[in-house]
Amino acid sequence: MSSVIVRIKQKQIAELIAKEKRVDGRGLSDYREIKVEQGIIERAEGSARVLLGKTEVMAGTKIGIGRPFSDTPDAGVLTVNAEFVPLASPTFEPGPPKENAIELARVVDRGIRESEAIDFKKLCIKPGEKVFVVFVDVYVLNHGGNLIDASALAALAALLNTKMLNYEIEEDEVKIKPGYTPLVVRKHPIAVTIAKINDKLIVDPSLEEEQMMDTRLTMTTDEDGNICAIQKGGSGTFTQKQVLEAAKIAREKAVEIRKKLKW
Amino acid sequence: MSQKLEKLIDKKGLRLDGRKPEELRQIKIEVGIILNADCSAYIQQAKNKILAGVYGPRELHPKHLARPDRTVLRCRYHMAPFSVQERKSPAPSRRDIELSKVMREALEPSIFLEYYPRTGIDVFVEVLQADGGTRCASITAASLALADAGIPMRDLVVACAAGKIDNTVVLDLMDTEDKKGSADVPVALMPNFNAITLLQMDGILTHEEFEKAVNLALDGCKRIYVMQKEALKAKYESVKEVEE
Repeated sequence: MSSVIVRIKQKQIAELIAKEKRVDGRGLSDYREIKVEQGIIERAEGSARVLLGKTEVMAGTKIGIGRPFSDTPDAGVLTVNAEFVPLASPTFEPGPPKENAIELARVVDRGIRESEAIDFKKLCIKPGEKVFVVFVDVYVLNHGGNLIDASALAALAALLNTKMLNYEIEEDEVKIKPGYTPLVVRKHPIAVTIAKINDKLIVDPSLEEEQMMDTRLTMTTDEDGNICAIQKGGSGTFTQKQVLEAAKIAREKAVEIRKKLKW
Repeated sequence: MSQKLEKLIDKKGLRLDGRKPEELRQIKIEVGIILNADCSAYIQQAKNKILAGVYGPRELHPKHLARPDRTVLRCRYHMAPFSVQERKSPAPSRRDIELSKVMREALEPSIFLEYYPRTGIDVFVEVLQADGGTRCASITAASLALADAGIPMRDLVVACAAGKIDNTVVLDLMDTEDKKGSADVPVALMPNFNAITLLQMDGILTHEEFEKAVNLALDGCKRIYVMQKEALKAKYESVKEVEE
């Protein structure tokens, strides 16, 4: 789209938001339609596809066996990676993940890790030597704004249908046995992103809104209403009051979104 | 996180390094110590030893990154291989890349970017020794270096973290508290505007604890702000003395 049209549209978005309205007809604290499909990639240990308006994100989990980190010898490992595949947006380029993809992966990772959704102690095979490694790979298939929330939801949905390998230890060797047991997921952290446009807080910014927002705040909360991860992004500022208000909105919205998941 | 093997707060309510919950660590700030850089700052916060240097506004390379209406701020947060217990590879880690991004976004609101179109400003931060809370100390130092470089700014940016250890909300976590405690909330502030330019969190906090942690961190920011301003003035006072 030419930049003139973008400017006109941005002006319209700003004017509507001042009247507590949005271009796509949503209220300031409404999400776009969310669809979650779980278990769609048979070769993956767990998988899910999330549609959030025009945003489409897929997440797959793979389980491997690796060495634990030296400071946590008896805990399994979680690795979250995000790929902004070039077909998803004209602004995505092939190559190693750039800072936005890295930030997204780290925010998703923090939500899962800090909420203690996964019991890492249970993923230990032999302390100091062998542990299970849970790989979560987030694949952005279409960029329609608010990739963080869609990715966090896809990652959690994929973990919820992840099958763990059965194993036994024979003569110090790990033998994989046939069959699977489900991965235990104890908490359900949900990320809610709130953007600030013209000093108003709006939930779930679309791509157009993201392009003109001052700043955003992502808050991840668990089902007990505890906050487990926060990330501010973009080069604007928040007041203390706005931060606390955002925390309240995030908690309320998370309850709504959690209902979309099956476990 | 949340491994409660040892006590982080003793019976007297003091922390491992003898601090009270709402006490900052010893901070030393100096401005203008790298002669080559357009400007620089050094911050020492307990065992944290961090250098920040600024080059620019200068011609931006690669040129296609230049913007016709404003300068481009670039930040690089980097840790020395010997700055932590186990040698850190000098190649930028994913953490370094994320911190460089949040640092840039924390500093950008304070700068009049539109004053220097088509140019770039580079901020380099080297963590020589890390002791928890390095991103906050880095922001505090980087903002001073920018100010010392004479770049027009709305305000200094100052950062400080609060967190939760042993069920208590405390200010300015050191390394052990960060690793073994249950939450860490780094906050950056432009004190004259009461504008928060960085906010992150990891760990688990209730809504009330979060509110308390943010308030405590903001209070810490304001206290460090005083030291920040003094450090800036000190450089020019020493220049004046030499002239006299």
